[in-house]
Amino acid sequence: MEKILEVNHLTIDFNTFAGPVHAIRDVSFHLNKGETLAIVGESGSGKSVTMRTVMGLLATNAKIEAGEVKLEGKDILKKSEKELNAMRGNDVAMIFQDPMTSLDPTMTIGKQVAEPLRLHTKISQKAALKEAVRVLELVGIHDAARRLKDYPHQFSGGQRQRIVIAIAIINHPKVLIADEPTTALDVTIQAQIIHLLQEIQHKIDTAIIFITHDLGVVAGIADRVAVMYAGKIIESGDVDEVFYNPQHPYTWGLLEAMPTLETKRDRLYAIPGTPPDLLDPPKGDAFAPRNRYAMKIDTEQEPPFFQVSQTHYAATWLLAPGAPTVELPPEIVRRRKIWAQKHPSQEAAK
Amino acid sequence: MSEDTREKLVEVRDLVQTFNAGKKDEVRAIQDISFDIYRGETLGLVGESGSGKTTTGRSIIRLYDPTSGTVKFEGQDIAKLKNGSKAMHQFRRQMQMIFQDPYASLNPRMKVKDIIAEGLDIHHLVKSEKERDDRVAALLEEVGLNPDHATRYPHEFSGGQRQRIGIARALAVEPEFIIADEPISALDVSIQAQVVNLMKDIQDKNGLTYLFIAHDLSMVKYISDRIAVMHNGRLVELASSDEVYTHPLHPYTQSLLSAIPEPDPDTERRRVLVPYDASQAEGDDKARSMTEVFPGHFIYAATDEVAGYQHAAQAAHAND
Repeated sequence: MEKILEVNHLTIDFNTFAGPVHAIRDVSFHLNKGETLAIVGESGSGKSVTMRTVMGLLATNAKIEAGEVKLEGKDILKKSEKELNAMRGNDVAMIFQDPMTSLDPTMTIGKQVAEPLRLHTKISQKAALKEAVRVLELVGIHDAARRLKDYPHQFSGGQRQRIVIAIAIINHPKVLIADEPTTALDVTIQAQIIHLLQEIQHKIDTAIIFITHDLGVVAGIADRVAVMYAGKIIESGDVDEVFYNPQHPYTWGLLEAMPTLETKRDRLYAIPGTPPDLLDPPKGDAFAPRNRYAMKIDTEQEPPFFQVSQTHYAATWLLAPGAPTVELPPEIVRRRKIWAQKHPSQEAAK
Repeated sequence: MSEDTREKLVEVRDLVQTFNAGKKDEVRAIQDISFDIYRGETLGLVGESGSGKTTTGRSIIRLYDPTSGTVKFEGQDIAKLKNGSKAMHQFRRQMQMIFQDPYASLNPRMKVKDIIAEGLDIHHLVKSEKERDDRVAALLEEVGLNPDHATRYPHEFSGGQRQRIGIARALAVEPEFIIADEPISALDVSIQAQVVNLMKDIQDKNGLTYLFIAHDLSMVKYISDRIAVMHNGRLVELASSDEVYTHPLHPYTQSLLSAIPEPDPDTERRRVLVPYDASQAEGDDKARSMTEVFPGHFIYAATDEVAGYQHAAQAAHAND
């Protein structure tokens, strides 16, 4: 498969009055052409910072300590501001979380949707607006020609997010980054927007990075999943691998913490404690203090990535040769059973 | 439990809440809803934004005076309580609220102990500084926070911890009934589970009654005994939480349930969204009211629709 985006060993610190915050700690991942990669994590895990780096939108107090971000083989960290401007909204586009604040309230939606075209191509205003109508219809704004002169406040939340998507896709970006695009929306509207993103992906053949903390949404949209914790990716794999054969205790905890509709009224598993302070990340595995399965080595040494399959990796000492076999949480046992049914020939991973 | 043996703590009857009545920007936020909340239960109230669920909560705690209809708490009509009266004072103590936004709902200029003890002071529940501090320490411990942090300010706490402070504040005056308005939607998944577990523990220990308002339907199912579904200011379905999820009867509930994402790729691949056309089941001019179509299962229906719903309910249960 052709890789469109490659992030290698990205390490970013933020300078603050209290000292450097180690927000991104050696993050590597790639995005294949036309696929959807979901990046899952809690607030502060580094998912949004990683995406801002890909967009060249880091805050001024951010310092890239190491790593590279290659878009079609070219390192964007080495690009000039002018080159970045040519890239943003053209090769890489972003959909933001809050459709209420990501549109300009003083500008008609026709102009806002046509703006990326006007910026990146030599096209007349008239032709750009015509294209805007086409894209607005594509994202499900009915009667778009008549609504070009309307302002954002004349649209509902779901419609606004459709308009934000229209702006992002008008230049047919190779990579579309969606940062919690449905978190602010009602569940029925959320389902419509996700369906729309999938349709558009097929129509314009773009790759999508979908950032979210909602595992339900991930299960529906992702081809591959990367789970982030405390500035690192701790598990990545195909969507079935991560949901039915998860390996990292943090992934287990996330899956257990979400009640499914079958969950009966007893206690939910809650990951104890809170994420670590990245001003001073703990020695060893950052998840160790909250990890039921932590061993002595977890507090001493950071686990490397262990390979589970060709596509599946997890950074936990439980996968090390000679690690003890642990008793899995019931929810994970249930999921592993589904995995075993799907892959009867394969011996289930330990 | 059968209907008759349960004690009704809150009775909402024909409640209508209209804002800017008679003006051009009139909003009919709640249009004639009736339901009961039984002592000791958790009633989940779900619906999309603008459906009227928050307004319902605020009307019950009497932040609004109802346009028409009544809200009774322990048999007493709360609209008849006079502001400043002793009875009103007592009512305010018995009913407390936990808010959605743990950042906006704590005064940043107050110490945690003063935030928690504000209700104790107002209701004169403590006699000395020492008793006040002891009570705050006990409350902090009850919600899983370190009592030594009583002298800190809200900004020193994370979102989940702040929500615990909000819960401690609500518990301070030993209420009987707590309205939790989207208490977990601003929190991360792992922290949501912590807060929901805490709320359940406290309920079991203190025999509290909850009205749990939310749009996260899987969490609502998990915490609630019964669920009420709202749409466009109306209650459209009310039943036990299992019943609502396994046998939803109202087309709006069916549509809502079909949209809940689940952390299971196979389920998601099979997902079929059920569209909802409001003009069919509530928008036309037929007179509708909440009707019991199966024991404990209420639907917003017109008289000529009842038979159809009853039939559907019986068919659904026959297949169990």
